[in-house]
Amino acid sequence: MGLLSKKDSKLILDPLADNNPITIQVLGICSALAITAQLKASIVMAISVLAVMGIGNVVISLMRNIIPSKIRIIVQLVVVASLVIVVDQVLKAFAYSLSKELSVFIGLIITNCIIMGRFEAFALANGPWRSFLDGIGNAAGYGLILVIVGFFRELLGSGTLLGYQVLGDPITKTGLYAIGYENNGFMLLSPMALIIVGLIIWVQRARNKDLIEE
Amino acid sequence: MSKKTDKNSYTIIFAVIMVIVVGSLLAGVAQGLKSKITLNERFEKMQNILYAMDVNGNEGDGDITFISTDKVEEAFSKYITKQLVIQGEEVTEDPEAYLIDIKQEEAKAKDPNYKRRLPLFVGEKDGKTLYVIPMRGKGLWDAIWGFVAVDKSLVVQGVFFDHAGETPGLGAEIKQRYFMDDFTGEHILDGDTFKGITVAKGNNDPVNENKTDNKVDAIAGATITGDGVTAMIKKDMRMYLPYLKSLNQ
Repeated sequence: MGLLSKKDSKLILDPLADNNPITIQVLGICSALAITAQLKASIVMAISVLAVMGIGNVVISLMRNIIPSKIRIIVQLVVVASLVIVVDQVLKAFAYSLSKELSVFIGLIITNCIIMGRFEAFALANGPWRSFLDGIGNAAGYGLILVIVGFFRELLGSGTLLGYQVLGDPITKTGLYAIGYENNGFMLLSPMALIIVGLIIWVQRARNKDLIEE
Repeated sequence: MSKKTDKNSYTIIFAVIMVIVVGSLLAGVAQGLKSKITLNERFEKMQNILYAMDVNGNEGDGDITFISTDKVEEAFSKYITKQLVIQGEEVTEDPEAYLIDIKQEEAKAKDPNYKRRLPLFVGEKDGKTLYVIPMRGKGLWDAIWGFVAVDKSLVVQGVFFDHAGETPGLGAEIKQRYFMDDFTGEHILDGDTFKGITVAKGNNDPVNENKTDNKVDAIAGATITGDGVTAMIKKDMRMYLPYLKSLNQ
């Protein structure tokens, strides 16, 4: 028996694979397409969403019995927007260069449908601890796909990983470029992210036939 | 039986309390961190100006590295000898010229009676006098801005560009070294006429050997951002031209 009961660990593990928010529920696609041109941006976005979602789910869960149902979506929006602004301000004050690099990405978290989705579908009906696990799990599932997509887009599009030239130098023609390899600039554009996500969905459903809809 | 939380009065009271709580929380956070954030922004501006003068922490061919924040104030007062404000014919010294908000000045300048204040930073490096010109323009998605350092004969000695939200991997590459380093040595004048510097596609000069053609190589896939850089240099550099030309007389 580990740290978590079987039911609890399912909350974390499920969204990583069989109930992944991006590949199965097809949520949060917008940010997955926009920011995955570089691996670093994908990783940072994944971490930021993890923080906002973990805290946000707990806050909503604690408030679940006093939130008026008529304005619950607005309440959720207020919670996520405030969290994002606080994160943004704290970064600006204590990690200025990092916040410069993230620029618009932090603000983009507000528009992430996964967050609102989990608030609405899970945190409003469950206790804080389970909501926390659910938030972490879904954010990790989202982040996993982001990192996979970012990895391939940066590698094939720019020939770099985290800014390091792993395939050689395209200007002085060393490494792979010496034998005529060229970067595929198309990988840097958003449509390719959609195609990569499509490929991930394909691989996932080919391996697990239960996921195929009728 | 309807729940207590479904009542209209409860909903309204809840909304009001929520707005007050969240509002004061955010205001408190913003106020508490304000002094730190403004200080960071000032340091950043100093770092950017110094970067254009080639005072930075760059090593080899790696990423852009600024001079560190704990040394930036000292370096700024060491390398920047004068900060000028040009207003029409008038040129005054102002030790806080670097705090002038270019965006605000641009907005105010729409009024034809307003004389726009143009900040100019005069620096000394390795015995050479450099003039660092701030500029601001439009990229594809949002604002772009930068600093261009020129010498007396209007040859570029270094640049720094930044952007608010250009596409990562494409337009955002204007703040990469391979793009910015290309400007160094480039001429702004063609003979005596002002040409600026064009970010050009297909000028058959990828390593930028021809420094007098007023052109640098563009980034593939970032046409609009590149055009924005071209336009920004033309538009803002022109305003400083009368003053810079008067230096040579």
